[in-house]
Amino acid sequence: MVKEPPRPEMRKILTGNYAAAWGARVSNVEVITAFPITPQTTVMEKLSDFVELEGMKAEYIRMESEHSVFAGAVGASIAGARVFTATSGQGLLYATEMAHWTAGTRLPIVVTIASRGIAPPWNIWADFSDVMSMRDTGWMIQFSSTHQEILDSIIMGYKVAEDVDILLPLFIAYGGFVLSHTSRPVTIPDQDAVDKYLPAIPEKGWPHIFLDPDRPMMHGNLINPAGPYMEFRLKIHEAMLNAKSKITAAAEEFKTVFKRDYGDGLVQEYKCEDADLAVMYYGELAKQAEVAVDELREEGYKVGAIKLRTFRPFPTERIQEIAQRIPALGVVDRAMAYGNSTGGPLSSEVLSAIAQGKLGEKCAILPFIAGLGGRDVTVQEQKDQMIQVLNYKESGEIPRDSIASTVWTGLLHGV
Amino acid sequence: MTECTEKYKWMKVAACVADRPKVQVYKGCEDLTPIPISFPSKGSIGETGDWRTYRPVINQDKCTDCGLCWMYCPEGTIQENQEGMLEVDLRYCKGCGICATSCKAGALTMVRESDLKNAQQKKNGVPLGPCHDV
Repeated sequence: MVKEPPRPEMRKILTGNYAAAWGARVSNVEVITAFPITPQTTVMEKLSDFVELEGMKAEYIRMESEHSVFAGAVGASIAGARVFTATSGQGLLYATEMAHWTAGTRLPIVVTIASRGIAPPWNIWADFSDVMSMRDTGWMIQFSSTHQEILDSIIMGYKVAEDVDILLPLFIAYGGFVLSHTSRPVTIPDQDAVDKYLPAIPEKGWPHIFLDPDRPMMHGNLINPAGPYMEFRLKIHEAMLNAKSKITAAAEEFKTVFKRDYGDGLVQEYKCEDADLAVMYYGELAKQAEVAVDELREEGYKVGAIKLRTFRPFPTERIQEIAQRIPALGVVDRAMAYGNSTGGPLSSEVLSAIAQGKLGEKCAILPFIAGLGGRDVTVQEQKDQMIQVLNYKESGEIPRDSIASTVWTGLLHGV
Repeated sequence: MTECTEKYKWMKVAACVADRPKVQVYKGCEDLTPIPISFPSKGSIGETGDWRTYRPVINQDKCTDCGLCWMYCPEGTIQENQEGMLEVDLRYCKGCGICATSCKAGALTMVRESDLKNAQQKKNGVPLGPCHDV
């Protein structure tokens, strides 16, 4: 049974990728399947240093592609091990078939994604289309906005994923280069505190179904239409819905133990208490939005920012509750969902939550697309987005430079 | 040996061999294990013997008991019987012929089921249909 030696809390200057590697290390992961891809490669390289040079007791397996990385992760997890890996963009797409296999086999694996644009054209910079294309696989999906949050989310992630009521894998996505390659001071928590917070690596039984030579079984059987295929699908969906309260509980306990506050773990608000409008972001833009909010407030506007932390399970109730309070919401996607009602994966789901809650009259939603392929989204652009939401709220008119009622900001030559 | 924990009924099913039911029955989503699983059990998909077109016949005089056919049978239908002789379990043998190919002693031949059936019917005096050779 692997266990990191006692180590007091430390503060180090880490890149986002190194924070991910540390998150896996303090979580006592036992198996790491590895393959490189820009911009996540240094996660795998750092973990290999930990294993080879610093005594981290994990099995580090180099695979020949990301498809094999995920397949190897499935194999290790169903044999009974805590498993970690990381990938990005094309690598994640290569692994897609195995991503479905992981969720369908209900394995509690945590994978960090340093998100990059999808090819063609080749693009290695921050764009969340890669992880968004996994939104129907049954994986939980969370976005990290800061370097610290990457490390913390991994710890909270194993706690939720390994819960016997959940048993679903988790993607933790953060912007390629923007977070993966920039450095900030990060607190690496006290190892004893992590060991108490996370369920111990079991000596005998894991909560998820795992293979054991003492009690042989087969899994993943063929099921014909008369069999319970549909019921197995329902169980995954129910586990997703139940995950919302577990994510909240994990975040609340995390705050008590480690003194860092992630709200209810699903959605965090910034200066929304008296806001006339708010704009919702995910990833690093959600953190930068705080600067935009502060600057606009100094100019006399009452605006707020909303950070979406958990995308799967979708925090429907939270968004409906926000829509009751705030009369206008901008929703900014840094990812594409071609051909759907807004072009953005988040904005279309927000609209669906609003419709389900019959809140269309109460809250005006303005969808945005920004920053695709890592194009810089400046504080000024975010302020402009907020003002556009204000104008929309007051006039009821969709801005002219929009495509099918979605505003595309930052285009080279406008719409 | 894995531990049996009781929060959900399915955990008991998945935990240890002793606690497994002989037949898996579920009455709704709650009872289902999170993933489809099944336990090694003989003939769980039915008696596949009726899929056969050709049947392996062991000539016990030529058989040397080397066990190659036993080893190569993909379904494990060739077993040693009480007298220590190798025999085919015809309830499950699908007639793939791998055993006959693997036999070094020439003791295994594949015989067409319908030929055997015709021979038996002829012996019993049952008239054969219009398509059959007399």
